[in-house]
Amino acid sequence: MMILETDRLSIAFGGVRAIDEVNIAVESGQVFSIIGPNGSGKTTLFNLVSGIYTPDDGSIRLAGQTATGLAPHELARRGLSRTFQNLQIFYRMSVLENVMVGRHRHERTGILADLLHLPAVTLQNKATDAAARAALARVGLADFAERSASSLAYGALKRLEIARALATEPSLLLLDEPAAGCNPVETQEIDAVIRSIVKDGITVVLVEHDMRLVMNISDRVHVLANGRTLAEGTPEQVRSNAAVIQAYLGIHGSQEAIRAFD
Amino acid sequence: MAIAAIFVSVPWFFPSAYYYRIGVLVFIFALAVAGLNLLMGFAGQVSLGHAGFLGIGAYSVAIGPTHLGMPSWFCLFAGAALSAAVAFFVGRPILRLKGHYLAVATLGFGLLVAIVLTNEAGLTGGPDGMTVPRLTLFGWSVRGSDAWYWISGTTFIGGFVLALNLMGSPTGRALQAIHDSEIAAQVLGIDVARKKLTVFIISAVYASVAGSYLALFNGHVTPDVAGFLRSIELVAMVVLGGMGSILGSLVGAGLLVVLPQALTIFHEYEQALLGLILIVFMIFLRRGIVPSVAAVIFGWRK
Repeated sequence: MMILETDRLSIAFGGVRAIDEVNIAVESGQVFSIIGPNGSGKTTLFNLVSGIYTPDDGSIRLAGQTATGLAPHELARRGLSRTFQNLQIFYRMSVLENVMVGRHRHERTGILADLLHLPAVTLQNKATDAAARAALARVGLADFAERSASSLAYGALKRLEIARALATEPSLLLLDEPAAGCNPVETQEIDAVIRSIVKDGITVVLVEHDMRLVMNISDRVHVLANGRTLAEGTPEQVRSNAAVIQAYLGIHGSQEAIRAFD
Repeated sequence: MAIAAIFVSVPWFFPSAYYYRIGVLVFIFALAVAGLNLLMGFAGQVSLGHAGFLGIGAYSVAIGPTHLGMPSWFCLFAGAALSAAVAFFVGRPILRLKGHYLAVATLGFGLLVAIVLTNEAGLTGGPDGMTVPRLTLFGWSVRGSDAWYWISGTTFIGGFVLALNLMGSPTGRALQAIHDSEIAAQVLGIDVARKKLTVFIISAVYASVAGSYLALFNGHVTPDVAGFLRSIELVAMVVLGGMGSILGSLVGAGLLVVLPQALTIFHEYEQALLGLILIVFMIFLRRGIVPSVAAVIFGWRK
């Protein structure tokens, strides 16, 4: 089953076509990676799919149902969640509270109950707390639950964002450069977390510059350049595609090429 | 609990009715500030026009009984309902704005209310204001600062408890999340526009009730109650006491009500001194009085 499909998805900013008729089809349970040089439109594509931008043209289908133009919170309620390239942490809150916010769509108390602190709120808070701790444990941050989010190291914050997204119980998770800025050890941790997520049946769409991570973990790789599709296929197909090597790896420099092909 | 204990015990030390009067003003403003703090300190949405809701509440208990013959207590609730309705219709378009733009839009709202109150002289008495009939409850005419001390104090504690309840609830977590990152809150399934509107309405109701109390207590109301300076004063109380600290709302309101009274002995330098004290407070307790003092006592964060 296709959990995410886009059909000729397009958006322009001031005359520049940032995403130009891109079709992707993500099969349920897979790791689907989107790669491309800087400025090729990867994050823009994520922002379109997660409802932050509204496409000028084309359509998005989520689990077979039309999802074009839905607001991010509506998409979240349909089981789509994401993380951000530039961290979007709730810095005023504790690590645990950050993840508790991720439980929002499962929380059932109304505003009056919340104001009056009815027994239902106490029960809800307990359930939310337990679910949030479970999500933290999945990314290895259980011991940091009571810490202030602002006190965490960069790599841990990356995992905190994943835990928070997991707390929504998504069926589709978009990870925007989860390993960016991480050292090799942190990247290993992210790799392990992604594998465990996929094992639980959650589909992962990944934007990532770390080619080793992408080639290791992906079922399919979609290559963008200048907002258009350049190639798509298995990691093996993509890494031997002449157009990809020329357009993407050529621009990106030999260092990246060496890392990808060793 | 501690606040309730102080609330009950403090009057034993009041040498005169004048102190009750100050106490009433502190509680009334603290109520409005607690509501504004939910909006500003907690959800991170600024309002420079909150005195507009103070004005709606105040004039509700002035106009209702005078022109329509309705009982004051009923007008207090009607005013709160009216404020909620106004907050709903004003909030929907303007809460999409962020930061400075939201500040200017709310500023415009406050000015609008003040101008309407000034110009509708037939109904409101214009710039000179109007007399507010006394509150009558079960045949008992409420007069005197001591009676109002108990009423306003009890109401503040009620509002304080509701605000604390809200902060520790799913809605409270969502609001705090909006403060730090709207976009992250959205992708986690929070309907940001709706949550902002909810807290805006709650804060408007707090301000409206405070405004009604103020008018009933003073027995007179002028458009100044909804004026720009009032709005700024409320914001100053929030920031001084501590953004996101409901206890700070009481401290902020207390300080800004008591200080000008205490400083009157300096005559013409009163305002200058008040300004200076505010500057010093903000430099040394930059997160507001209550959070900064709490940080020192509990060694919490840097």
